[in-house]
Amino acid sequence: MNVEISVNGKKIKADVAPSLLLSDFLRETLDLTGTHIGCDTSQCGACVVHVDGVSMKSCTLLTVSADGRSITTIEGLAKTAGADLHPMQEAFHLNHGLQCGFCTPGMIMSAVDFATQTPNPTEGDVRRWLEGNICRCTGYQNIVASVLAGAAAMQSRAGVSS
Amino acid sequence: MNAHTGIGASILRKEDRRFITGKGNYVADIKRPDMAMGVFLRSPHAHAIIKAIHSNAAAAMPGVAAIFTGADLAADKVGGLPCAWGVSNADGTPMKEPPRSAMAVDKVRCVGDAVAFVIADTLEQAQEAAEAIDVDYEVLPAVVGVLDAIRPGTAAVFDEIPDNTCFDWECGDAKATAAAFRNAAHIAKISLVNNRLVGNPMEPRAAVAEYDAGRDHYTMWTTSQFPHVVKVLMGNFVLNIPQHKLRIVAPDVGGGFGVKQFLYAEEIVTTWASRKVNRPVKWVNGRSEGFLSDAHGRDHVSEAELALDENGKFLGLKVRTIANMGGYLSTFGPNIPTNLYGLLLAGVYTTPAIHCEVKGVFTNTVPVDAYRGAGRPEATFLLERLVDIAASEMKIDKAEIRRMNMIDASQYPYQTPVIVNYDSGDPKACLAKALEIADWNGFAKRKEDSKARGKLRGIGLCTYVEACGLAPSRIVQSLGARAGIFESATVRVHVTGDVTVLIGTHNHGQGHETTFAQIVSEKLSIPTDKIEIVFGDTDKVQFGLGTYGSRSLAVGGTALVKATDKIIAKGVKIAAHMLEAGEGDIVFENGAFAVQGTDRAKSFGEVVGAAYGLVNFPVDVLEPGMDEKAFYDPVNFTFPGGAHIAEVEIDPECGSVDLVSYVAVDDVGTVINPMIVAGQLHGGIAQGVGQALLENCVYDETSGQMLSASFMDYCMPRADNMPNMKIATHSTLCTHTSYGVKGCGEVGTIGSPATVINAVVDALVHLGVSHVDMPATPSRIWRIIHNRANQLRAAE
Repeated sequence: MNVEISVNGKKIKADVAPSLLLSDFLRETLDLTGTHIGCDTSQCGACVVHVDGVSMKSCTLLTVSADGRSITTIEGLAKTAGADLHPMQEAFHLNHGLQCGFCTPGMIMSAVDFATQTPNPTEGDVRRWLEGNICRCTGYQNIVASVLAGAAAMQSRAGVSS
Repeated sequence: MNAHTGIGASILRKEDRRFITGKGNYVADIKRPDMAMGVFLRSPHAHAIIKAIHSNAAAAMPGVAAIFTGADLAADKVGGLPCAWGVSNADGTPMKEPPRSAMAVDKVRCVGDAVAFVIADTLEQAQEAAEAIDVDYEVLPAVVGVLDAIRPGTAAVFDEIPDNTCFDWECGDAKATAAAFRNAAHIAKISLVNNRLVGNPMEPRAAVAEYDAGRDHYTMWTTSQFPHVVKVLMGNFVLNIPQHKLRIVAPDVGGGFGVKQFLYAEEIVTTWASRKVNRPVKWVNGRSEGFLSDAHGRDHVSEAELALDENGKFLGLKVRTIANMGGYLSTFGPNIPTNLYGLLLAGVYTTPAIHCEVKGVFTNTVPVDAYRGAGRPEATFLLERLVDIAASEMKIDKAEIRRMNMIDASQYPYQTPVIVNYDSGDPKACLAKALEIADWNGFAKRKEDSKARGKLRGIGLCTYVEACGLAPSRIVQSLGARAGIFESATVRVHVTGDVTVLIGTHNHGQGHETTFAQIVSEKLSIPTDKIEIVFGDTDKVQFGLGTYGSRSLAVGGTALVKATDKIIAKGVKIAAHMLEAGEGDIVFENGAFAVQGTDRAKSFGEVVGAAYGLVNFPVDVLEPGMDEKAFYDPVNFTFPGGAHIAEVEIDPECGSVDLVSYVAVDDVGTVINPMIVAGQLHGGIAQGVGQALLENCVYDETSGQMLSASFMDYCMPRADNMPNMKIATHSTLCTHTSYGVKGCGEVGTIGSPATVINAVVDALVHLGVSHVDMPATPSRIWRIIHNRANQLRAAE
């Protein structure tokens, strides 16, 4: 089936199998391997990307269902902020919010959507939101700190630009 | 030098950028020209005879390149998976060591046992062909639990081992311990289960193998914590590939936790098959498949008794444990419930007599091996639960009974009754600091507050020690290790004075690229951005034993310091020549070689420039260049330890356990990067909390089917299961590592299960509860509360 999808700002035309998962399309067809596969039951969240700005687990989407939509992956995130690093990426670095790095792209993509939706989050808000993202390394403490710092940075940046 | 990037600085991690931008290079990301995809067909039965494998129809399906079975491996004389650690029975005879083929030949021994390997152009084609293979199984009765395994008449996992017993190991002094018990005023007892866990690093295991016929050379990229060990074990003992014809690369690896420190069947088969089909072959584990093929952890059933005098002083400890080895021996399987368990049973206490017996048994389950902590969490859990029970029964404060039995700082080095000799420590100071941070004395008020909200609050304490820095080769070889466990590092100073370090440990989240750079920064007074750490490629790194057992800094870091010392020593010689001074008069300080007591000096860069430019260089007495290597074998284990305190709130209506606070005070020796150490503690504690409250690997007792083989069934800790932990250190210096480092990778996981369960039991103590097995799930706690309430009502 023919699809036309914007991926990280680039129009992609492709002929894909109806059963092809978006996660496999990104990783195998487009070589965007920053989107990771950590489970087979849509629990881990390592594959989270943005579909029209909303975080979604790309392993739960068929590529054909993304036809005509706009996808942002971890590789294209910084560009959406017009910077070398998105404030949320920077926050994960500054707060030691990652160890092995495998869950990190999904965590960051999920966190950006969260921070966009939730202007002044509490620690509890962050912990509840991250229900769909599993990390085995950090005990979540520095991820939570990163998301809070990233959300604050995103908000102050939004304040400056408006 | 500008900002301090050496020891003690919480500098940000050098490795972060590639991960936060999606540029990490994991094995599943690798593509090679003409690469085929491989899929394993796995046994759906726990125990069955393979009567026949019909694969002709599958082999004819579109895209299929080949289908291999265990018979093909045998025909090619492929060896079995070696066990790298043998233990002896109490009578001195060796353990039973049945052979293990990389794919089952005549019998399968657990659900998930590999039966065939299908290679096709695409993953979908390989999966479809695997489903089309028809295997005739004669299903046999299966045995899952360790108590069932040793019952007479039970199914034998191996025909030649009818009692399913791999070994009957012991340590300590049975006679002295029996005598101690005869003198006891009180004996505290416990029976417990240490539940089976699945390590579940977030990156599933994977391998890509490529045979280059032109060079007769193999390369395998694998998700391994120890690529050189894979090279030695697989090349030498299994596939008979000469070491110079085999390259193993472990690039970015998404977490290990021990699960990736074994030689796996899939690595062998993928490598072997790449030559058979003369194409690169890629295999990536699924998560559910990982539950059935990654080595598991823990799985003990134990009984223990602690003898005390009338004041609560420990006199003796008796432990009997049955440990599940699974259906085969994994690489280090027999070592985990023996040496890494029994030898830690002294804990931080002066208990004079200890005797521990461990029976290792085969069952129709996935093999059990090291998982973060590996034996030491099991020892700590048993000991610290028993101490709490003794304190309760003798009505002694739980902190006081520990303090009065603790080894005093002045008693180090301390020889335990179970072989190991602790070089350093100060458990009383860790305990005092933890009690203060956790406001131990203010607990009664917090319990009242919880009660007012209808909640049961409990506080739990655990003090512990572990042996890590694996390993002093002479000691571990006397305990059954079949090789040395040293480490090596090369320090390569480039013409420009920038440095590349090549080290045999493997970084898969621990922050080595930063920590090791800090050590070199400290030594040579150059900033960490001029230092690159290379690891994980056997064609680049000289040798190394990898990362496990909290060894990387203690052993690898010491090798790194020794190699850096050689660079400095050579620099002194060059500088002496340049400055026309005696070598004994040259000192290296603040990045310069100076003539002592003068202002004459050459910078590190000038000396390096001379070593490569050979201008004003003593070429007749020194070799050009600045590239030095060191191998280091430690003289002892390192012994981190600490005190952890947790508080829980239990909702008696639904049995849910809320972990409301966690304090950890650990002695990890010198801290190189406090930010990274805290991160290691956070993650380690979360894994122990996972075992205590959430995680459980469950098999159906009759069929041997795993009932928890996905993230929907096996409860991984989520962000809202964890509180904000308070992490502190109280460091004493290790006496034999560089800078006195000890290691911090496993301490969190070792201290936390006992801490949390002690808190859970404390919350329920008014119901007469003395022990709760892990995990303390809501259903388990609800049943305990309601059964006890019913019993109390009936008694009235």
